[in-house]
Amino acid sequence: MSSIGTGYDLSASQFSPDGRVFQVEYAQKAVENSGTSIGLRCKDGVVFAVEKIITSKLFEPTSNKRIFTVDSHMGLACAGLLADARAIVEIARTEASNFRAEYGSPIPIKYLAERVSMYLHAYTLYSAVRPYGCSVMIGGVDESGPQLFVSDPSGLCHGYFGSATGKAKQNAKTEIEKLKLTGMTCRELVKEAAKIIYLVHDEVKDKHFQLELSWVCEESNWKHAPVPKVLFDEAEKFAKAALQEDSSDEDEEM
Amino acid sequence: MNISRQLVNPMLWSGGPVPGEFYEFPRICRKTESDPLKHTLYPSTSGTSVVGFTYKDGVMIAADTKGSYGSLSRFMDIDRLFKATDQAVLACGGDIADYQFIKDVIEQKVRDDECAGSMKVLDAGSLHCWLTRVLYNRRTRFDPLWLDCVVAGFKAGKPFLGFVNKIGMAYEADEIASGFGVHFSLPMIRDARDKKSELTKEEARKLMRECMKILYYRDCKAHHKYQIADITAEGVKIDVCDFKKETNWDVAFYGN
Repeated sequence: MSSIGTGYDLSASQFSPDGRVFQVEYAQKAVENSGTSIGLRCKDGVVFAVEKIITSKLFEPTSNKRIFTVDSHMGLACAGLLADARAIVEIARTEASNFRAEYGSPIPIKYLAERVSMYLHAYTLYSAVRPYGCSVMIGGVDESGPQLFVSDPSGLCHGYFGSATGKAKQNAKTEIEKLKLTGMTCRELVKEAAKIIYLVHDEVKDKHFQLELSWVCEESNWKHAPVPKVLFDEAEKFAKAALQEDSSDEDEEM
Repeated sequence: MNISRQLVNPMLWSGGPVPGEFYEFPRICRKTESDPLKHTLYPSTSGTSVVGFTYKDGVMIAADTKGSYGSLSRFMDIDRLFKATDQAVLACGGDIADYQFIKDVIEQKVRDDECAGSMKVLDAGSLHCWLTRVLYNRRTRFDPLWLDCVVAGFKAGKPFLGFVNKIGMAYEADEIASGFGVHFSLPMIRDARDKKSELTKEEARKLMRECMKILYYRDCKAHHKYQIADITAEGVKIDVCDFKKETNWDVAFYGN
């Protein structure tokens, strides 16, 4: 980064002369070092997919999950520092349960996403703390239908039909743009999501990875849940087949 | 006591910090030593008996829908029974407000377990155990939840029925009743079991209806409308039943 050695980057509470807050930008860098995660919103629900990079073969397969349940109707997929993400998930869960206790209904997803963003933003204001090194995608189905929001370390929050964060977010976003999200169902999207994760995975840099898939839709009883085993296997098979086809096409061209 | 404190440590501003003391946040109210502790030590709106027993396929449990304010029939359509998970149902007699409080707590607890993932589903055995801790703890603080709780469901794949009351007294049994049910329903259930040890679903339903009917005749705080939960290996099914049309009060007019 051009700022290295130029100063103004020791504190999150100090601007650089050209109006940037370097600590926040470094935090965003931390997000870009992590495995890709994508969130898709369609007509009947929301799908999350994560490329969980496995740094050691000795890990158990279920360790270091990057998709969390915040409230029964809502999931969260993260990219960046996992420990930071876990802290945010805890905040989001408390926020959701407090809302339920006070209003007697599930928290609207937009409201929760904005509350979480406010929290992230507060950590960009003081020299005594560092910003959170992770982006979170919050999605689910509430009374206004399927919703998907992405918050980043700066505290920005946007609603999306589909989005990606992490290493290959540009490639993943290009792939997502090819989909007609508003007309698709969750069942179709699970396969597409798996395909995109397999497609953008960089085999040279990270050898092993594990796919994580979750959804909120009618089939999951409007609850956030991992995609059922049968469908998961189907999606993974579909993704691998698509990848095979892709690479054989390239061979022919060569 | 307050006066002397004011002389020594005048407040900087009202409700604000006092020199030499930790600042107390406005919403946290601490009792001063001179105030006696006060607790609600009797119920206001309350529900009456709960009846439950195991049968061949699982457990059945019922509670009527009346909320009584003393001997006044205050509410006619109140829930006293809810499904916590697919393996646990809680029904309560006693204070309705306390029931609604504990229901909210349990529902959030189940949701927390759900979020944590990889947890085993809260079954009736665990819920019963947890309730014994909570109720006993409240009673030792002289601030009891005024409840007779009956937990029905499954524990490690086997039908389970457990009881806890406001002082934390707990037991498990194949037939459990609270309130007047102890005197009227338990003998009926035991009679039925003497005749046939394993009741079928239909027999269990019929017996439950009979129990609720006798309670309605004898207990002035009972009601003809009741919720019944049937917990089997397949899950929980909750129905609302009413036997008003089947009742016969002729006997009440003898001699008039």
